[in-house]
Amino acid sequence: MATAAVSAERETYLNKEYGIRSWLLTTDHKRIALLYLASITLFFFIGGFFALLIRLELLTPAGDLVLADTYNKLFTMHGQIMVFFFLIPSIPAVLGNFLVPMMIGAKDLALPRINLLSWYLYIAGGALMLYAMVEGGVDTGWTFYTPFSTAFSNTHVVEAGLAIFIAGFSSILTGLNFVVTIHRMRAPGMTWSRLPLFIWAHYATSIIQLLGTPVLAITLVLVVLERTLHLGIFDPNLGGDPLLFQHLFWFYSHPAVYIMILPAMGVVSEVLACFSRKRIFGYAAVAMSSIGIAVIGFIVWAHHMFVAGISLYAALVFSILSYLVAVPSAIKVFNWTATLYKGSISFATPMLYALGFIGLFTIGGLTGLFLAALGIDVHVTDTYFVIAHFHYIMVGGAVMGYMAGLHFWWPKITGRMYPEWWGRLAALIVFVGFNLTFFPQFILGYMGMPRRYWEYPPEFQILNVMSTAGSTILAVGYLLPMVYFMWSLRYGKVVGDNPWGAAGLEWKTSSPPPTFNFDETPEVTWEAYNYDQIPVPEEAWLE
Amino acid sequence: MIDHFPLWPPGASTMAPSVDALFIFLTLLSVVMTVGIFAVIIVFLAKYRRRKGVDATPIHGSVVLELGWSIIPLMVFMLIFAWGAVIFFQERTPPRSSAEVYVVAKQWMWKIEHSEGQRELNELHVPVGRDVRLIMTSQDVIHSFYIPAFRIKQDVLPGRYTMEWFRATKPGTYHLFCAEYCGTMHSGMIGDVVVMTQPDYEAWMAGKTGGTMASSGSDLFQSLGCVTCHRADAQGRGPSLVGIYGKPVLLEDGRTVVADDNYVRESIMSPAAKVVNGYKPIMPVFQGLVTDEQLNSLVAYVKSLSQPPAGTQSAAADTKSSPKE
Repeated sequence: MATAAVSAERETYLNKEYGIRSWLLTTDHKRIALLYLASITLFFFIGGFFALLIRLELLTPAGDLVLADTYNKLFTMHGQIMVFFFLIPSIPAVLGNFLVPMMIGAKDLALPRINLLSWYLYIAGGALMLYAMVEGGVDTGWTFYTPFSTAFSNTHVVEAGLAIFIAGFSSILTGLNFVVTIHRMRAPGMTWSRLPLFIWAHYATSIIQLLGTPVLAITLVLVVLERTLHLGIFDPNLGGDPLLFQHLFWFYSHPAVYIMILPAMGVVSEVLACFSRKRIFGYAAVAMSSIGIAVIGFIVWAHHMFVAGISLYAALVFSILSYLVAVPSAIKVFNWTATLYKGSISFATPMLYALGFIGLFTIGGLTGLFLAALGIDVHVTDTYFVIAHFHYIMVGGAVMGYMAGLHFWWPKITGRMYPEWWGRLAALIVFVGFNLTFFPQFILGYMGMPRRYWEYPPEFQILNVMSTAGSTILAVGYLLPMVYFMWSLRYGKVVGDNPWGAAGLEWKTSSPPPTFNFDETPEVTWEAYNYDQIPVPEEAWLE
Repeated sequence: MIDHFPLWPPGASTMAPSVDALFIFLTLLSVVMTVGIFAVIIVFLAKYRRRKGVDATPIHGSVVLELGWSIIPLMVFMLIFAWGAVIFFQERTPPRSSAEVYVVAKQWMWKIEHSEGQRELNELHVPVGRDVRLIMTSQDVIHSFYIPAFRIKQDVLPGRYTMEWFRATKPGTYHLFCAEYCGTMHSGMIGDVVVMTQPDYEAWMAGKTGGTMASSGSDLFQSLGCVTCHRADAQGRGPSLVGIYGKPVLLEDGRTVVADDNYVRESIMSPAAKVVNGYKPIMPVFQGLVTDEQLNSLVAYVKSLSQPPAGTQSAAADTKSSPKE
């Protein structure tokens, strides 16, 4: 058997068929994951380019690089593209798509055609978004606040709203697919208590996608209707209520933060376990805290609205609930830290990103405690303090997690290793650049610099210069992996099925895997993260 | 640039020290937590570096630790919640004797009118040591009235009033920012809050022309014909407005509402929304007929009908809590 496999080139999901048709009509979850990978990477660099222009404008207090309207469009489209076309699909649609079936021992997702449909919906939404951009853009802020968006903006609000509406269905279908798959497609012996934490995280994420996204879709339709047909829903001049919009918008858009961060937490759990050769400390607590975050995350939305005009008592309720949702996040950080205790720790690139995640997520989480405190929020909401806080969560958290996962599973996805030295260098550059970009913004925020300002008083300049300098370093840190990942496709070292010596069913099949993942359905008789039973491989990059 | 590099905002209101205290507490807590977690991680990373012949020790977890690091943070969080809530409660409860200033926001300026009749644009002059309550509305989109030096901020909405209050403590000129994105020149919708000593403020006030807001409201009350129905003697087709401000009003549908700024505003703009018990919904709609500034004057006038005659006003404010009303 072994000799036959060596002589002929082994059939994998990558070489089974060739040609553009075989990709555009595929129902293989692994190929769809790669379609997503290519498309979200494109949007990441578009959104990142806008971010750089924003930072360049803010290098000086005067608005001297772009016009005010252009600036407003830049931060709007940066937000819309990064949130809806990069962060939300990032880990679930790429790594989740690739790994959820493999981790539970399934041949594919439960609904493979729906999976392909969700990618086409994403592309349709993305194309419409790009159309709105080249037609002249949108200037409402990614938050579409009414009545500005429905009655005052002269930009392409309808197109952008519909683009996000369409992409939302892609997200709903992915969530639906994961929930069904995790319930129905687990291999024999893969009980709920044996699921990798990556799966628990994606299960929690999928529930948010399923229950939250429809509310955003309805809200955006109402915005479009009010804008086009002057239906009075949010505009007080037409008898509407602008706060109703904010409630509906944040009912989705706060849980959306957990759509971004929970999968990253799942990745971090996998990576930490592998590179410290240990089961995650407090498996059940970490799994349940994902569910806890998903559930409580639905009832904290109005903490975005403490100064918006909600009642004193509503504010008190949403403040206390926001503190409750911080508890499961704290539990995770403590358990990850404890996982390192008495481990056998090595420092490959995925581990560096995972450790970076813990550090930056800790800072992001702690500054969330400031914002949930009513008395402080009044001062710092709508300032750069908020910008810094959510970038620590979304970029420092979600993107670091995504990068950790991409490096960790790259040899599984491609069968080749990325260059380890460059990987570590890029991780370091990202960490330094990130902190230099966003830490000064906490100080700017407490000093009172409002967000979405094209011009600002001169006393804020030095901190803004630091932030802009950091953003250029960050850009280098993100471009490097782009280059060496491409390079590794052809020149990367060919690796075995399990180069990290990792636990998890995805490592028990070949790299790259065959189309149906496993030659025969595996039977699970062990707990997740049974690292005490897996030897450390002698491969060089583990040292 | 270098010689002017502050890292901390000026504090010039009674609220600033309270907000700063909690902020400093949270900063210290965060530093302790961050340094603590980082230190533990770094020690573990160093101590448990992968070495030949040394395997990881399998550990499943610890219920005691799980409970500990759930319950202790929760208790700390509740403390922070309570502390933040107390400050917020103060921020949302203006003292009864506050001076009132009306703010009308529009793209991209702040129009300000003191109840004494003084008007200004993108500037707000206030004396040190006086409680000032801002009654704010917007003519177009949502704005937000933010004075970093006072640590206060409140969104300003079209179609209703929102409030914020402060007591300035230090003379000086401070930033006024619009903090809610409002379109092209959002970042140009800024101004100055000028805190003055009492004599300076009085000198500034003396320069005004025209009557108080209540008196221009009174003129409007005549010219718009309100007075024909809302007679002072309660014999008109509409309820008398004397003494109603701040009092509960029984409505036709059995509900009771307090006749506050927003109720008075709503009753002028869409009178049929909350009709007083015993009266018919016959009042014409004034939406679109009066400007926001005129509306503010009318509200100030209705308010003045509930205040003791001029001259005794300051005496009444000085007596601590007079429940006899």
